[in-house]
Amino acid sequence: MELYSLTAHQLTDKLHKKEISSTDLFSALGKRISEKDSRVRAYVRRNDAQLDLKPTNQNNGPLAGIPVSIKDNICTEGINTECCSKILEGFKPPYDATVIRKLKDAGASILETKTNMDEFAFGSSTENSCFGPTHNPWDLECVPGGSSGGSAAAVASDEAIWALGSDTGGSIRQPAAFCGVVGLKPTYGRVSRYGLIAFASSLDQIGTFTKDVRDCAILMNAVSGHDPMDSTSVDTVVPDYTGSLLNEVEGIKIGIPKEYFVEGMNKEVKAIVEEAIVKLERLGARAKEVSLPHTQYAVPVYYIIGTAEASSNLARFDGVQYGLRVKDKRMIDMYKKTRGEGFGQEAKRRILLGTFTLSQGYYDAYYLRALKVRTLIKKDFDDVFKDFDCIVTPTSPTPAFKIGEKTENPLDMYLSDIYTISANLAGIPAISIPCGFTKSGLPVGLQILAKPFGEETILKIAYAYEQATKWHLHKPEI
Amino acid sequence: MALSKETVKYVADLSRIELDPQELEKLSLQLQTILGFIDLLNQADIEGIEPTSHILPLNNILRSDQIKESLTIERALANAPQKKDNFFVVPRVIE
Repeated sequence: MELYSLTAHQLTDKLHKKEISSTDLFSALGKRISEKDSRVRAYVRRNDAQLDLKPTNQNNGPLAGIPVSIKDNICTEGINTECCSKILEGFKPPYDATVIRKLKDAGASILETKTNMDEFAFGSSTENSCFGPTHNPWDLECVPGGSSGGSAAAVASDEAIWALGSDTGGSIRQPAAFCGVVGLKPTYGRVSRYGLIAFASSLDQIGTFTKDVRDCAILMNAVSGHDPMDSTSVDTVVPDYTGSLLNEVEGIKIGIPKEYFVEGMNKEVKAIVEEAIVKLERLGARAKEVSLPHTQYAVPVYYIIGTAEASSNLARFDGVQYGLRVKDKRMIDMYKKTRGEGFGQEAKRRILLGTFTLSQGYYDAYYLRALKVRTLIKKDFDDVFKDFDCIVTPTSPTPAFKIGEKTENPLDMYLSDIYTISANLAGIPAISIPCGFTKSGLPVGLQILAKPFGEETILKIAYAYEQATKWHLHKPEI
Repeated sequence: MALSKETVKYVADLSRIELDPQELEKLSLQLQTILGFIDLLNQADIEGIEPTSHILPLNNILRSDQIKESLTIERALANAPQKKDNFFVVPRVIE
C-alpha cells in the first residue's frame, strides 16, 4: 500500500515505529495530488504545478506528522480562505479557526491548499464554486455531492489522509455518501464554530471526513470541546471517542423512519440500505419501524431558516473590510456592484429568498411559521429517542448524479438533501458510512442519527457495521 | 403566493445586490418555483406551538470583563481593498 492510501491511525503507528518519516508521507501525498487532482479537482489550485508538500508543524501530540485537508470556509491564518467565492478573492484570515488551532496543538500539519466547495456552502454538488466543479472519484462525470465535495473527493481519491468540512443541511454526510467515505456531523455545540465563515448560524457545524470510523473518532477527539470564543459551544465533557469502538451492538434499538422509505427513492439505494439494516440485526441490533411525522416539512423549513440566516450573515461582504470591491462614486452603488459581481447565482438566490422571508409583511407567514414547524421536527426526534438508541436511514435518496444534471433546477437540487436536513434542524449528530455500491459502481451511504451528544452511540454502531462489512476498503480507480 | 418581478427587484435593493435584467428575469421565475414548494408549510398545524430559533437551552452567555490581546490595527486592515492612516477607505457618504 502507498502511504497516501493509509488511514491516519495506520500512519501514526508507522511513524511511532519509525518505519516512515513525516517527510516521506508529505512527499507521497504531494505526488498523489499532483498526479490525480487535475482530474478530480478536489482542491482549490491556481495551477497544476507539482506540489512539494512538507510538514509545517513540529508540535508533538497525538496527530504529530499527519496532514489534514481543510474546507475553504474554515479560517487558516495567512492561508487563502475564500469560500470558493469571487467576493472573498485573496482573503487571508488574520487568525486561525479554533479547530485549526486545536489540530496544530495536537501536532497535525494543515495543508495550504484548501478543498473545493459550493460557494459559501450553498449547494449539494460542489458545482457552485468560482473555481469550477469537483469530480466524483468513482465516476468523473458525476458530482461528488456538496457542499464539502472537495473534502469528500480528496479523502476518497487518497489525495487527503482526512479532512474537515462543514454541514448546514447535509454538506458533510451527502458528499461522504456520494464518495464512499465516512462523514460525521457532530451535535450542534460539540465543535466550536469560531473561524467557520458563517452560512446559517443555528445550523452550521464543523465535522470530519475520514477513511474509516476509527479515524473519525480520533479526529473528533482533536476538534471537539467548549470554546469561549463561540457562545453556542457547549461546556460538557468530551469523552474519548475511540472508547466507543467496541464492535458490539447487541441489544441496540434502531428506529427505521417509515417516512424515509417512500415512493420515488432510488430502488438500488433502497435495497442496499435495507440489506444494511438486516446486517445490523444479524449483529444483534433490534430494528423497528418508527414515525417522524413532520419529515415532509424539513426541506421547506430549512430553505426558510437557512436562507434567512444566510442573508443576514452575508451582509458583511460589502467591499469594505476584505475581498472584492467594485468601485463606484456612491457608497450604495459600490455595495450593489460589489455584491452583484462578487456573488454567484446560488448565493444571490439564497440571499434574495432570505431577505424576502424576513421582510416586512412576510415575516410571520414564512420565517415565524418555519421556526414553529422546526419545533415540531425536533419533537419528532425527541419522541423517537425516548425508546430508541438511534435512527438509521439512507443518507441520500439517490447515488451521485451527473455534473450539470440539476444546475438549472434549484428546487430539484434542494430535494437531494431531503434525508440530511432534519438533523441540522434538530441539532442532533449524524454520520454517513459506506454501505454498498450500485450496479454502475457508485457508493451508497448509510446514515445513523442519535440524540444530542450521542456521538458515542453512533460511532459504536458505525464501527461494528464497518468491521463486519469492509465496504470502506474499496477504492476508486482514477 | 405570487412573487412579482417588482418584489424581487425591491428585495434585491434591500439586499444591496445589483441584478442585470436577465438575472432578474431568471431569479424571479426560480424564486417563484421555490416559494410555491415552500407553501407546503401552510398545511402544518402550528396552533399553540412555540418557535425554535435555536436548539440549545443556552442564553445570556457571560464572561468576565478582562482586557485581552486582540487583533492589531495592521492585521485587521491587512485585507482591506482600500485603506489609509489606519482606516478603511469608502466612497464619500455625505455630499
